[in-house]
Amino acid sequence: MTALPSQPNGRNSKLVEVRNLVKYFPVRGGVLQQVVAHVQAVDDVSFEIIEGETLGLVGESGCGKTTVGRTMLRLEEPTSGQVLFSGVDTLSLKGDDLKRLRREMQIVFQDPFASLDPRLPIGESIAEGLIIHGAGNARERYAQVIEALGRVGLEVYHANRYPHEFSGGQRQRIGIARALVMSPRFIVLDEPVSALDVSIQAEVLNILKELQDSMGLTYLFVAHNLAVVEHISDRVAVMYLGKIVEVAGRADLFHNPLHPYTQALMSAIPMPDPTLKRDRVILKGDVPSPLNPPSGCRFHPRCPIAEERCSVEEPLLRELKPGHTVACHFADQFVMS
Amino acid sequence: MTSIPEAAALPAASLRSNSLLRLTLRRLTRQRNARVGLTILISLILVAAFAPLIAPYEPNRDLIGIEPVTQRQKPCIHLLGCPADQPQHIMGIDANYRDVFSRVVYGTRVSLMVGFTTIGMAILVGTLLGAVAGYAGGWADNVIMRFMDVLLAFPGFLLAIAIITVLGRGLQNALYAIAIVNIPHFARVVRASVLSIKEQEFVAATRALGASDTRILFLRILPNALPPLIVQGTLGIAGAILEAAALSFLGIGAQPPTPEWGTMLGTERNQVFTAPHLVFFPGIAIMITVLAFNLLGDGLRDAMDPRLAQVSKPR
Amino acid sequence: MAIRKRKPNGSAPILEVRNLTTYFYTEDGVVKAVDGVDFFVRHGEVLGLVGESGCGKSITSLSILRLIDRPGEIVAGEVVFEGDDLLKKPMADMVDIRGDRISMIFQQPKSSLNPVFTIGDQIVEVFEIHEQADKEAAWEKAVGLLRLVGIADPESKAHTYPHQLSGGQAQRVMIAMAMALQPELLIADEPTTALDVTIQAQILDLIRELNEATGTAVILITHDLGLIAEMADRVAVMYAGRIVEEVEVETLFKQALHPYTQGLIDSIPVLGAVKERLNTIPGGVPNLIDLPPGCRFAPRCRAREEYGLSICTEVEPSLAEAKPGHKVRCWLYEDHSGHDAPLKPREAKARKKDRP
Repeated sequence: MTALPSQPNGRNSKLVEVRNLVKYFPVRGGVLQQVVAHVQAVDDVSFEIIEGETLGLVGESGCGKTTVGRTMLRLEEPTSGQVLFSGVDTLSLKGDDLKRLRREMQIVFQDPFASLDPRLPIGESIAEGLIIHGAGNARERYAQVIEALGRVGLEVYHANRYPHEFSGGQRQRIGIARALVMSPRFIVLDEPVSALDVSIQAEVLNILKELQDSMGLTYLFVAHNLAVVEHISDRVAVMYLGKIVEVAGRADLFHNPLHPYTQALMSAIPMPDPTLKRDRVILKGDVPSPLNPPSGCRFHPRCPIAEERCSVEEPLLRELKPGHTVACHFADQFVMS
Repeated sequence: MTSIPEAAALPAASLRSNSLLRLTLRRLTRQRNARVGLTILISLILVAAFAPLIAPYEPNRDLIGIEPVTQRQKPCIHLLGCPADQPQHIMGIDANYRDVFSRVVYGTRVSLMVGFTTIGMAILVGTLLGAVAGYAGGWADNVIMRFMDVLLAFPGFLLAIAIITVLGRGLQNALYAIAIVNIPHFARVVRASVLSIKEQEFVAATRALGASDTRILFLRILPNALPPLIVQGTLGIAGAILEAAALSFLGIGAQPPTPEWGTMLGTERNQVFTAPHLVFFPGIAIMITVLAFNLLGDGLRDAMDPRLAQVSKPR
Repeated sequence: MAIRKRKPNGSAPILEVRNLTTYFYTEDGVVKAVDGVDFFVRHGEVLGLVGESGCGKSITSLSILRLIDRPGEIVAGEVVFEGDDLLKKPMADMVDIRGDRISMIFQQPKSSLNPVFTIGDQIVEVFEIHEQADKEAAWEKAVGLLRLVGIADPESKAHTYPHQLSGGQAQRVMIAMAMALQPELLIADEPTTALDVTIQAQILDLIRELNEATGTAVILITHDLGLIAEMADRVAVMYAGRIVEEVEVETLFKQALHPYTQGLIDSIPVLGAVKERLNTIPGGVPNLIDLPPGCRFAPRCRAREEYGLSICTEVEPSLAEAKPGHKVRCWLYEDHSGHDAPLKPREAKARKKDRP
């Protein structure tokens, strides 16, 4: 099934590489519906994902994290930039090549209620990808569907049931099974647990981890909940208003966050420990509109350590520690060895 | 690996699956209005199907010389005291010495046929146009929907008359006219549903699996756009039957001697006071039929809208 | 944020809910959304009401204000507010109490505001309804309130419409309206669930400041145990329409007794404490139409199996004090001599060895 040339399967081989990805959504207005402005959803984002790892992509609503995931799978066409999968530029693919790529890159959505066709028994929803790709005969497809159901902890008889007969957690497993049945190498997990109750969320996270271990999957885990991201990711990228502001290994990021935004994000999370006393950084104000982002560093109007320079000069991502990059002029002061 | 089998969450007894269709039907049959509408409609269909068995006479056969009848003779019902030696005509006799009951019975065929075929045509064309407009967007959407707006800018009935003027009078052309007038309504309904459904995640999920646009539109989006279409269609049939009757009443729809309720009304409209039975019975027939479709349409709307699912409280 | 001061424990309850029972009569059967709920709120304290979706926590809060519509109905219970049973009052009196003495804020601030009036007008309306204040003085007060809840430039913001506000600002406006008449009790139903974490932190700070400054008691309804830990003084845990545990917040996180609470606490990923796997609670929430006999948590309870208790699936335990000030609804802590189940030490030590 590997139609795409794959690189030597060494430890550190990059499976996915995103280069200077930009996605602007035009805003139309007026009588003639001309483009009057652009929502700068994703603005010059670059990162890479190593085969077999989970990259967490975290940020608040409207920061563009979901758009990044959807653009990588060509569910949205990017304004510019490159997405390399196993060295192939996916954005240049068309027709059958694109269709083949879609077997290898899959997605699991946030809303387990909206992401399944309500009219189809879930077995058919799961089998649909196989039908589209003309994989095997009906019997073989059925066997694959049953196998995928088993992998996510559902039973054979569930295949004939309809989405509305399942709980939220079960539906999310169905969504995972639909992605799995294609035998992908890479899955974008777009807020897969944020619509679920905590006890159900834990189950889905456990399943995702087990599947990664047993099938060697590579994940992009998009979420707004830092604790969940920390739990599942090997490396984490933090986004703010269309830009990546910090990328680091999990342990490094959580023990030594360098960007003031990351620090604020972490201190804002309520901790389930009433005895804990923390010095909180509470950010002032709201997230600015991506229609008209602030000049210079996009975080400067809310930043506790911002200076003159921040409103003028946009900080570039710099590697302050091995494998730990940050886009902030004044982050050096936070570096701990 | 085994994580916790969540199968326990589903009661094992309900192994039978509940499709949305089955749920909708169950909710539909729980509503009194819809039950009434459905019952009337089924009876009408039976009447239409077995018209030759139910009607005592041929609808177009004049009875001069066969029975002792007079022009516009009042109804004669034996149970209500009409002398047994007179032949029974429960809805009376019309100006051409024909049995009105038989004509009303056969009229059911015409009206149902009119309703189903016109709306069928309108749905077919409207769905196609609306689906393309909603899914493709851009200039296709603009061209199609502005054309629909132009059609909607005319009062529907006047437009139908205008179309018949061009095509020529007659039942068949009246059908085309009514169908054309109804197309924009369906195009709009379908476009609106397609617009909202195409943004749903299961559509994106299907696209991520590599599905083509045609597959997505026809297998994923359109079937989910059906509920509002079915409601609009059912209500539309009621409207179409009325419009056809009105056109026939004006003399430009079904032509005599076709046993059409509107035509029957139209030809005898001057006799309302002298022979009320000639307008009363076809009028009632139209009313009952339209009412049936409207009741059913409203019921379907409620049954298909999950927000209205909770009702009924036993105390 | 500073160290939280604890309020005196002894003060009398401002609100006491006893055996509150709210059912929904649907086509599919009777949904027992709230089924015999008991709890109380003291003057000036923050009570956390925590539970997963569908446990009945929101219906409980709506029932307190008698905001239940058909097909729902409050079928039994008492809601004693400052000595009066609200459920026995005529509806006209309830209208006066709502917004004046007990007010409420909701999860979706934007849909809770009327889109066709300015936010200033909407706050002024609160005064007009309850105080017959003159328009100008009321407007002044409204602007003052907006300033109090941290809206920048309140004079001009009072003239804006809800769609011009961000989610965080809209929730601040909702809080301003709720606090306008200095209610004795504020019910906050998932007040920050729709907001981003950095905005959530602002709103929580605001609620806490108001609680401390005005002494308004707060019922904080949430599914987020982190919020409970940060905000609440005491916690009531709900499961399938019932309170299963009720205790002070420190004790809850240090030594929860009910297996459900324990499972819930164990299943959240905690920032900075990475585990290979998270603990889970097997199975799903029971169908509120067709509840299991006995303890409602029994089908999912691991502790029941560990201790080999058979009574759990037969008889429902009552909400009883297992330790002073610590109520729990679980057979593990009941000294129940008529049954031959092995009865457990009052501590739940056995729990932690759950999974390696």
